[in-house]
Amino acid sequence: MIALVANPTRAVYAALIATLAIGWALVAFDGGAFTLNDIVGIQQRSAALGIVAVGQTLAILAGSLDLSVAYLISLVSLVAAETMAGQSSNILTAVVVALGVSALVGLVNGVVITKLKVHAFIATLGVALVIRGVLDHLYDGPAGRVPVDFQQLGYARIGPIPVAAILWAAVAVAVWFLLRRTRLGNRIYAVGGDVEVARLSGVRTDRVVIAAHVLCSLCAGVAGLLLASRLGAGAPTVGTDGGYDLESIAAVVLGGTALAGGRGGVAGTVGGVLLLAVLDSIFNQLEVNSFFKDVVRGVVIVVAVAVYARRTGRRAS
Amino acid sequence: MEDTPQKSPAPEQVILRMTSIGKSFLGVRVLRGIDLSATAGEVHAVVGENGAGKSTLMKILAGVHQPDEGTVEIGGETRSFAHPVEAQRAGVAIIYQEFNLLPERTVADNVFLGREPTRRGLLDRAAMDAATSRLLDELDEHSFGPRDMVKDLSVAQQQVVEIVKALSVDARIVVMDEPTAALAEHEVELLYRLIRRLQGRGIAVLYISHRLREVFDLADRVTVLKDGAHVATVRTSDVTTAALVKMMVGRELDAYFPPRADEAVIGEPLLTLRDAGNGKLDGIDLDLRAGEIVGIAGLQGSGRSSLAKAIFGAEPFTRGEITPTRPANVREGVAAGIGLVTEDRKAEGLVLNQSVRDNALLVTRAIGRGGRSHRSTAAVAALLEKVRLRPPRQETEVKYLSGGNQQKVVLAKWLTLAPKVLLFDEPTRGVDVGAKAAIHDLMRELADTGTAILMISSELPELIGMSDRIVVLRDGRVAGHLPAGATEEAVMALAAGAAGAAA
Repeated sequence: MIALVANPTRAVYAALIATLAIGWALVAFDGGAFTLNDIVGIQQRSAALGIVAVGQTLAILAGSLDLSVAYLISLVSLVAAETMAGQSSNILTAVVVALGVSALVGLVNGVVITKLKVHAFIATLGVALVIRGVLDHLYDGPAGRVPVDFQQLGYARIGPIPVAAILWAAVAVAVWFLLRRTRLGNRIYAVGGDVEVARLSGVRTDRVVIAAHVLCSLCAGVAGLLLASRLGAGAPTVGTDGGYDLESIAAVVLGGTALAGGRGGVAGTVGGVLLLAVLDSIFNQLEVNSFFKDVVRGVVIVVAVAVYARRTGRRAS
Repeated sequence: MEDTPQKSPAPEQVILRMTSIGKSFLGVRVLRGIDLSATAGEVHAVVGENGAGKSTLMKILAGVHQPDEGTVEIGGETRSFAHPVEAQRAGVAIIYQEFNLLPERTVADNVFLGREPTRRGLLDRAAMDAATSRLLDELDEHSFGPRDMVKDLSVAQQQVVEIVKALSVDARIVVMDEPTAALAEHEVELLYRLIRRLQGRGIAVLYISHRLREVFDLADRVTVLKDGAHVATVRTSDVTTAALVKMMVGRELDAYFPPRADEAVIGEPLLTLRDAGNGKLDGIDLDLRAGEIVGIAGLQGSGRSSLAKAIFGAEPFTRGEITPTRPANVREGVAAGIGLVTEDRKAEGLVLNQSVRDNALLVTRAIGRGGRSHRSTAAVAALLEKVRLRPPRQETEVKYLSGGNQQKVVLAKWLTLAPKVLLFDEPTRGVDVGAKAAIHDLMRELADTGTAILMISSELPELIGMSDRIVVLRDGRVAGHLPAGATEEAVMALAAGAAGAAA
């Protein structure tokens, strides 16, 4: 148990397995059954949040954070759906444009934070409001149309596995690899750990933070594409309805990444997202009141962070 | 007279030459006409009071500041650095008092930060580990490896990581700023060995320290700065400690410590411990009497700081008889009139980005004692006068003060309490000679007015010079008592004691 708590990544997976087991029992007791379909459903539902959270992990590890992802997701869904306009031949263009918009938003976030020296919280909140203003001005409901081919991304399966889950896994593995095996990954940890130490070691810290934000926004963009394919259109509220901004941050922190940066990783985030999704599924199966659901989720997140804090406190003493 | 330099490859090869360096900040001249040179394999000490310009000079060398006048030559070439990284590339490595390390990363990650080797575009961790291992071997350091997390290392080991980092960039000049400030006695020995190895590799070591004993132990030459000007550069073999102190402050060494307490001054015990203990301490018997300064000696980890924290209530005693009060937490300790001047004043003693005034009033505001009159500008001014803060500006943020002045603000904070018992943990660490004397005088004045004082110090001359009585700790227990004026040897024998005998 102590060994489990000593490492947040392990702790979150232990909690995940325990939750699955307990949930299984509860659901069985309730007269239902947890089937493979439910597990697949979990994957399906968590894919979008998972992709955003993986991106958010990069921003948080670099000592920053991104509150603009929810509005960006909405924006990307609209840009993609309108560009596609129901034509399969437009898919590639739409994806490129959508990711281009995402990268641009990430660049703005990063530049405002590093060059204008605005705290990430305010900088990305400001960018979020700007995007909201644009959305409110241009759209008052769903727009654009996604061709059936592109909807495969949201609904198709390869064997039992949803394509969306594969996409999430691919993004997670790519980011994991980036963090573990590249200079940029190493420097993201360094900048998040202590920006002054990184700077005095010759790291161009601004570039690292900007890169982390561009990648974070790109992940949000991918999530936006995924959601557009599910909806069959773009929607100005798809990002905020999903609560992807705060929920992605919660998932990252639940996965053991320090909110101050420099410690943690993608594996934990994936566990955090899955844990939230499993809780969700169990509550759905048990038909629990949705307000109670939120209460439990809130408690789980706070307790998890308190447990991790205890651990770091002990180590420091 | 001619002292034989350590086996350096080319003893007379000048690696660093700084010539008539001048620097002003906002029109205030902080450095003028400073010359400093260092040869391969030389240890060159730079001493002076805080504010003498040592750190500014070093920051110019490090590329943090640019000089207004003068030139910096490295290996015969004139260089000017716009950024610290440029100085690093030119072979200058600085080991600051606060290490530039990432605790959450491995040793190898730290050593190669910013210069990570890659192979086919990917990090080459194997190469990083191998190179780090090789350097650790060369330094004869086997207590940790390249894959260990820095946060798991001791302060001394982290210092080794800094040195490895310097070696890995082929530094030719290594600047060490107060490297022994956070080290225990036996770790200092290891540092000496490391410095000898650096010398052996032909590296010029600039050694900044307040501890003159180290200067004489290590340095070939010493440069004295005072008020931003160059006083002298002399061979350590040609100068005495007293002469060096005189150059730094214009004062003889004898005036260093205030006179000890008269028997008549020492009064009733204000705090009595009988068989007191907690997780780190055991069987402590101790009396703190009004008017007396009790020195606490011991090696790092012997429980010195734990004792102070236990009396204060930060890490309370869990057993034993403590009269009149056994504080269960800090608030109770403060309410009982106990103050603690902590070892790490920046982290635990002061709110760095608040004003002198706010810091001085921290305690009185926290416990809600002392009415408005105590918080008036005049009352704070009187308080700052009492601790001899120079200049006594109330609105300055304490982070801009020198170490000595910061410590005076910490003292002011506790004086508002009119403490019965005041505990000092390394009261003069990182404090220049002048301010040190002022703090010593203040401690004695406090004792003379009836405060019971406990003082922890790793600097034996200070401990012996100040204390009316010395208690030596070892492994969390009292190892013995010594009278005023005990010898360093007697203290060390008790502190090392059983461990030494067993080994």
